[in-house]
Amino acid sequence: MASSPYNELFLNDGVARAHYSRYSEWLSDQPADRLAQKRAEADALFHRVGITFAVYGQEEGSERLIPFDIVPRVLPLEEWIRLDSGLKQRVRALNAFIHDIYHDQQILKAGIIPPEEVLCNAQYRPEMQGVDVPGGIYAHIAGIDIVRDDAGEFRVLEDNLRVPSGVSYMLENRKMMMRLFPELFSAHRVAPVDHYPDLLLENLRSVAPTGVADPTVVLLTAGAHNSAYFEHAFLAQQMGIELVEGQDLFVRDEAVFMRTTLGPRRVDVIYRRIDDDFLDPLVFRPDSMLGVPGLLTAYRAGRITIANAIGTGVADDKSIYPYVPEMIRFYLGQSPVIPNVHTWMLRRPEDREYVLAHLPELVVKEVHGAGGYGMLIGPAATKAEIEAFRRQIIATPERYIAQPTLALSTCPTFAGDTLAPRHIDLRPFVLSGKEVSIVPGGLTRVALRAGSLVVNSSQGGGTKDTWVLEA
Amino acid sequence: MLSRTADHLYWMSRYIERAESQARLVDAHYRMSLLPHTVETLAQSLNATLKALRMDGAYQERHAATVPRSVFEFVSLDRDYPGSIFNCLKAARENARAVRGSLTSELWETMNSTWLEARSIAARRGGQSDIGQFVEWVKERSHLTRGVIIGTMLRDEAFHFTRIGTFLERADSTARILTAHQTDLVPGADAGVVPDPFAWSVLLRALSAFEVYRRVYRDVITPSKVAELLILRDDMPRSLLRCCKELYQNLKAVANEQSEETERRAGEMHAMLSFARMEDINRNGLPVFLARFLEGLRDLGDRVASDFLVPPAEA
Repeated sequence: MASSPYNELFLNDGVARAHYSRYSEWLSDQPADRLAQKRAEADALFHRVGITFAVYGQEEGSERLIPFDIVPRVLPLEEWIRLDSGLKQRVRALNAFIHDIYHDQQILKAGIIPPEEVLCNAQYRPEMQGVDVPGGIYAHIAGIDIVRDDAGEFRVLEDNLRVPSGVSYMLENRKMMMRLFPELFSAHRVAPVDHYPDLLLENLRSVAPTGVADPTVVLLTAGAHNSAYFEHAFLAQQMGIELVEGQDLFVRDEAVFMRTTLGPRRVDVIYRRIDDDFLDPLVFRPDSMLGVPGLLTAYRAGRITIANAIGTGVADDKSIYPYVPEMIRFYLGQSPVIPNVHTWMLRRPEDREYVLAHLPELVVKEVHGAGGYGMLIGPAATKAEIEAFRRQIIATPERYIAQPTLALSTCPTFAGDTLAPRHIDLRPFVLSGKEVSIVPGGLTRVALRAGSLVVNSSQGGGTKDTWVLEA
Repeated sequence: MLSRTADHLYWMSRYIERAESQARLVDAHYRMSLLPHTVETLAQSLNATLKALRMDGAYQERHAATVPRSVFEFVSLDRDYPGSIFNCLKAARENARAVRGSLTSELWETMNSTWLEARSIAARRGGQSDIGQFVEWVKERSHLTRGVIIGTMLRDEAFHFTRIGTFLERADSTARILTAHQTDLVPGADAGVVPDPFAWSVLLRALSAFEVYRRVYRDVITPSKVAELLILRDDMPRSLLRCCKELYQNLKAVANEQSEETERRAGEMHAMLSFARMEDINRNGLPVFLARFLEGLRDLGDRVASDFLVPPAEA
């Protein structure tokens, strides 16, 4: 990395940015032992409340905390306004795109995206062709990963349109901060986020099948051993809806019912937190114990809404990502507010030539991979790894994209007892139903290891409270 | 509510209640073990208790002789025995975790911190005095859990299934403790034979009935009155009648299309206890009465499961 990353809190001369000035003053007044005690308190509370994620394959210590850092990530209002409009624009275009590819495929006919990129994609679901979903909404809940580059510009790194998670940490982090440091919230006008569950429920109810006056919404989980189980239970509770497993549901006469103590009860909207592959063993993976046999039949008959819809994965695939700015122009006739990260598509000869000549400084990603698998980080790779990737790229170039190695912005974070800059990203949650809405902020993830760019909780990432300042 | 949710709530409260019952028994025996007494009496009482709780087989597999200390450890903290208090707390918490979205956050936090604390106690256990502290603590956590249930839960089906679990388990436990002491409770013991104060005090303390007895009867302890207190008193929280009354009321509150017969049987048990007299019970003998009662409870438990909790596959 040639240039130094953007520091969210401090300017180059070590003075706090305007929107951080009051916080920074407060921070320098805090005795170290008070902060240490507050951090211990946060840990104890998270444990007691059981805000944990499950770690597969370990018995006794099978629930872990996601580390929480007490230094908030602060966004000034003007930056948020821009992000808010850019996110809404992007998700509108993505929903239009998904509707289009499962109907008339105008964007393919117009030659903007090569048809094989969509139709041969493993995440494209032919079962959805011609199926109408309420309001034409597919990605009801989208988590858009935003990073800030060294020039201070926000960019979209990735769209998550299947079952994005993390919103419970956004809510719990805020609760924790208000409990630990109430004085900070009297000194700042921090935009509230705790109405998210209400918005989500309203959003889910607004996309119920037509004709249902008082829809019953349920949250479908894989169960208590799933890594995001805490979030599933939390959201179901906050919305006051049933948390169901596949075994609790059944399909009769193309309608979905849940088994209750008072007999079968009709279900209208399923907020599902399991992947497409597991939803219906009769159509997708036959060995799935998590799904509901016959669900797709009810879905295609328009008797049940599934959120997010089946088949959204094609729109957040890395091979489709480079086309999102084009989608925004094509469907909305607007220019994108938040740019993508520059991306080379290796099936294009001129892109390939450049990338092969610059492998040690680039990040190469496999298009269908997720969670940091099948990835080459040039500056951190050995010569042998680079050569291995080079051979793979030459053999199957269409499987790869490349991006510059980003210097993600940093935010001061506790490392032991001292503050040190750590790289962060931001995942706002965009809700689409009758309208598109976002609670201000989102989940800030932080890479806790010095120099690391990996913010995933499964790989040593932590989280921070995210503030949008109203004034 | 979801049948699966009702099932988890029911078992959550059963396991907490079971942990408390066992803690009470250990506590009563532990206190007695600190007093001067014959070793045989204590061992006898422990043997009868293990047998009534159907834990005697598992205990003998692990320990050669009935040594109070080993019994206490086995019942309280044995990690491999599924029936130990430690594992009851674990099972209660696992059931709670499976439906944590249906619990109030206060209840979930209570269940979760009970388990976290139990785990750390088990990890650092030391001398015999720790057992006394542990069972005291288990009782306190059970009191707290019950208080949180009553103080925070909406009076809906979730609450009623939680209570059904509590009272089925409590009735079962009282009946088993009485079974362990049934020979001390024969009416002949009234006449002339001085009852063993040791057995009484274990029995009464294990059911929080020692002070209650004095208050209700203002008299010396006699077997008939002890049995009456623990079986037929409507105002005694752990008596069989009281448990059946609560059970019946909570079952009525969740009635569905197929539960009529279950409700009727619960009502029948309640009516039988409401109008029974000790003379009638003693005519056939207490052991017969208790065995029938336990059988009736088992039947009710099965019926609750098939009516509400795990309904048979969809027709």
